[in-house]
Amino acid sequence: MDPLREKVKTLLQEKTISAFLGMKQDYDHAIPFLFTSPEGVESLIIGDARYPMAKIFPKIAHKYPDHHLGIMVRGCDEKALIELYRNHQLERSQVIPLGVACSGELAQKCNCPTPYPSQCIVGEAQERPFDRSALDTIESLSLEERFTYWTNQFGKCIKCYGCRNICPVCFCEVCTLEDKPLIPLGEIPPQVPSFHLSRAFHMAGRCIDCGLCEEGCPVDIPLRTLYRKVREVVKDLFDFLPGEEKEEEPPLHTLGDGTFKLK
Amino acid sequence: MRYTTVPTICSYCGCGCELLFEVLDGELVGTIPSKANPINHGSLCIKGWTAHEFVVSEKRLEKPLIRKNGELKEASWEEALSLISLRLKEIKHSSGAESLACLSSAKCTNEENYLMQKLMRAALGTNTIDHCARL
Repeated sequence: MDPLREKVKTLLQEKTISAFLGMKQDYDHAIPFLFTSPEGVESLIIGDARYPMAKIFPKIAHKYPDHHLGIMVRGCDEKALIELYRNHQLERSQVIPLGVACSGELAQKCNCPTPYPSQCIVGEAQERPFDRSALDTIESLSLEERFTYWTNQFGKCIKCYGCRNICPVCFCEVCTLEDKPLIPLGEIPPQVPSFHLSRAFHMAGRCIDCGLCEEGCPVDIPLRTLYRKVREVVKDLFDFLPGEEKEEEPPLHTLGDGTFKLK
Repeated sequence: MRYTTVPTICSYCGCGCELLFEVLDGELVGTIPSKANPINHGSLCIKGWTAHEFVVSEKRLEKPLIRKNGELKEASWEEALSLISLRLKEIKHSSGAESLACLSSAKCTNEENYLMQKLMRAALGTNTIDHCARL
C-alpha cells in the first residue's frame, strides 16, 4: 500500500500528473475518488471491492484532455484501458497507470487467471488456473437443453441495463440496447433472447472478461459465462483476445474486403 | 479538477439500495452501485441506475403550478398552499375526511413522510395514505 501512496504523492508533487483516480477511505466506505493534492493521498487505499475505474476515468480524461492523469489499475482495469486505447476512446499518452496485483482471495472470487497488470507497484503477479467448469457444463448439454437453460436465465432479467452501465468497454454513444426497432423502450421484461444476445454479439472482440457485469447483475444471470464463450469464438477465428497488448487491429474494425478501416 | 463519489441511499423505494453518486466539478454525472452495502451488494434496478438523472432533469418542477381554466400556471408557494388548505377544508366539510387521501413521495426524507401522514391522520382525519414507491 505504502509504495503506491509514495508513488502517487511524488507524481503529484512533481506535477507529472494533475490528478490520480484511485480508491479513498471515506469513513466506513471505500469510494472511487480523484486525488489532486499530495496531502490527500493519505486516505488512498486499494480496497477489497472492484469498481469500474476504467469506466470512470474517461469522463475525467475527456473533460481535461490537456492533463496527464494517473489511475490505479488492477489486471482487469489495465485490459480495459488497452481496449479503450485501441478503440480510440482514450489517448494513451494522457494516462499514467499504476498497477496493483489483486489478493489471492479476490482473484479466486473473480475466477481470474491473470489478476495483475503488466507492472505491479503493490503485490506480486501470480497466475492462477481458470476454472472453465461453468462453460464445460453448459457445453455438455444438448442444443435443446442449452437453449432452455439460457432462456430460463434470460427470463430472470429485470432490464436494469446494469451489465452495460458497469462495463468498461461499453462506450458507444448510441447503444443497440436502446435501438427502438430492436429493443422496445420502456417495456419490461426484455425480449428473450434478443436483448441478451444482442449484447453478447457486441461483446465479441471487446469483452476483457472482467466479470463486473455478472457481479452487478441483480438476478445472477451467468453473463460472464456467455461472454467468455464469445471471447473464445473470437480467439479461435481471429487469434485475437481483447485486452492483450498487441499492435494489431481488432478483427471487427476491418469491414468488407479490408479497404475500409475504422479511424 | 474535482471528482468524487458520494455514498447515498436510493430514493426510489423502500428497499434501501446504496448508490455512489459521481460528482465531477460539482456536477452530478452518474450513479454507481455501492459494493459496501449488504442490501444490494453492487446491484441496482434501472431506477437506481438512473437516480442521478431526475435531480438535474429539465422536466423537474421548480415552482408550484395551479390549474386555472384548464391550464397549468406558475404560482407562488403562498398562493398554492393557501389553495390546498382551502380546498382540503372544503372537501372535508362537504364530503367527510374519508374522501381525502394522500400519495407521498420516496424522494422526501423519512421525517417529511412522517409529517405527511401525521397531517393526514391527525389534522385531516383520514387513514388513506400511500407512497409512490408502491408503484
